[in-house]
Amino acid sequence: MTEPKTLYEKIWDAHVVDQRDDGTALIYIDRHLVHEVTSPQAFEGLRKAGRTVRRPDLTLAVPDHNLPTTARLDANGNKIPIADPQSAAQLEALEANAPAFGIEYIGASDIKQGIVHVIGPEQGFTLPGTTLVCGDSHTAAHGALGALAFGIGTSEVEHVLATQTLQLTRSKSMEIRVEGDLGPGISPKDLILHIIGVIGTAGGTGFVIEYRGKVFEEMSIEGRLTVSNMSIEAGARAGLIAPDQKTFDYLKGRPMAPKGADWDAAVTYWKTLPSDDGAKFDKSVTIDAADVAPTVTWGTSPEDVVPVSGHVPEPESFTDASKQDAARKSLDYMGLEPGQAMGDVAVENIFIGSCTNSRIEDMRAAAAVLEGRKKADNVKWAIVVPGSGLVKVQAEKEGLDRIFVEAGFEWREPGCSACLGMNPDKVPAGERCASTSNRNFVGRQGPGARTHLMSPAMAAAAAVTGKLTDVRELVK
Amino acid sequence: MKPVKQVEGRAYPFGQKNVDTDVIIPAKWLKTISRDGLGEGAFETVRAQDGNVFDDPEYSGANILIAGDNFGCGSSREHAAWAMDDMGIKAVIAPSFSDIFSGNAFKNGLLAIALPQEAIDRLMEVAKTDPITVDMESMSVTTPFQDRFTFEMDPFRHQCLSEGTDEIDLTLAKSDAIETYEKRIDSAQPWNNPQAA
Repeated sequence: MTEPKTLYEKIWDAHVVDQRDDGTALIYIDRHLVHEVTSPQAFEGLRKAGRTVRRPDLTLAVPDHNLPTTARLDANGNKIPIADPQSAAQLEALEANAPAFGIEYIGASDIKQGIVHVIGPEQGFTLPGTTLVCGDSHTAAHGALGALAFGIGTSEVEHVLATQTLQLTRSKSMEIRVEGDLGPGISPKDLILHIIGVIGTAGGTGFVIEYRGKVFEEMSIEGRLTVSNMSIEAGARAGLIAPDQKTFDYLKGRPMAPKGADWDAAVTYWKTLPSDDGAKFDKSVTIDAADVAPTVTWGTSPEDVVPVSGHVPEPESFTDASKQDAARKSLDYMGLEPGQAMGDVAVENIFIGSCTNSRIEDMRAAAAVLEGRKKADNVKWAIVVPGSGLVKVQAEKEGLDRIFVEAGFEWREPGCSACLGMNPDKVPAGERCASTSNRNFVGRQGPGARTHLMSPAMAAAAAVTGKLTDVRELVK
Repeated sequence: MKPVKQVEGRAYPFGQKNVDTDVIIPAKWLKTISRDGLGEGAFETVRAQDGNVFDDPEYSGANILIAGDNFGCGSSREHAAWAMDDMGIKAVIAPSFSDIFSGNAFKNGLLAIALPQEAIDRLMEVAKTDPITVDMESMSVTTPFQDRFTFEMDPFRHQCLSEGTDEIDLTLAKSDAIETYEKRIDSAQPWNNPQAA
């Protein structure tokens, strides 16, 4: 009888090309997603060293971070030039580098274009049991399909392009087991924000997290992607959710997924991947689903979470002196007072989008709240940025775009947008944004911008009332 | 990569915890296609504040940074390591680092040295007046006051940094093993390659 293994150990063991005595292993990489921000220096490095891309067929390139989310083609179908010369240069570099190295490139006006972490699963590029990397920390998202997926730096991008491998040491494994059921109106975003609040932004450092329990088994793939996406916000390199029938149903028929007899063989293999009974994790954390409320952030770290019905914490309530100091700085930056009710915090901006929450279910959840309603007068700017051209088309088929527009939102083209404001979509200094993105860091959505993270339904509710709001009060 | 044997010099007693990569280098600086010149944007929001350590003449020319827990959390941007290198920092000493940042630092010969909080507290004091030395061979951080803190480092990284190894060259030397792996997977799991979209 072989020792029971975790999902992580199974994927790791299946990808060892070479094991060094010092514990480092050469790990084969099955999938590599490339975008315009973290790749130009890698391609330049290859050129300087006279190296080629070992497996262009395992590599897929798409622009997302810099692209404006306004129209990309004019009435005659010609490309509209990008105003920012630096953004334009970075986008042009990817457009030139991909074909030069034989890599498939999805262009800005292609209906398949979107955020790397949305299009990977959508195209069936992401598969269970594969190793997948991208020069972006939110690569953790793809773990929702049972792929070992993690963000890498540009030097590693270059290493993968040249060798299709990475020199890695095995991470520790952490099980996050959620017991019980989520209450009505509680979303996967509320759950992952709650989890980060419990374990902290460094709680997962050095670990790969596997999310386990009935809540995840019952959760849609879109919801699982939201959860796994924010594993990095808990410090973990990767998140994993065991592949199951929902995963197979989601992937079947996707363009880049296996077909016919190959599909059957793949499913047979994927069914062997879930962690064995009795498999040991280095750390286990149990979360009671009943504790999860509609959750928002109050500070400048994703661990600064509170139920929307709660209050801004008193810095003195933290035991650690440095955390007290950090909380004071956060509150100063955020313009909040200790003890203030979160439900009294007014917002001027709403952003629904990002690799965390821009999939079709996110669009539906926000539209369900907004249907027949309008944004409050104090909300100056409200945008919806679908995660891909295909999400956009699907939402339009369902009439969701009309609901957004009638509610006073702008319906945009796909991209990373105001999650990090590398394109023109930024939150003005000193203003608040109810945002479905993943980071509330100082200056993240623009210099001086104040971010409150939340779910799409909660962002929609904030748009309607003009302040942070428990969505359950609007949808009874 | 050039071999790194020792880093000796004044240190910025920065001390903050959870320094994220947006603090190290804000997103607007990521629109470059070069690795150079990012020092100008390093710690931009910190430097906008009066009395910050980076613009304090006392620490002019410092090449070590001392910080709190979870340094480099957030995004995978290697620009964070490039920016720190460009502003002259050759070693960061903190109780812990994010996984991706420590990898990026390593690839650029920037030493990410983890020491317990008590050692950090002591080094923060020393940094105000005197230089600090990080030595790779003895794997220790020392001060002119006979303080000596030893650190641990992944043996592979220690070897690569000490010898200045080009990691891609090291891996390309294993090309036969990579090819053998690919052949095995192609025959056992032919469905594993992506279908043409």
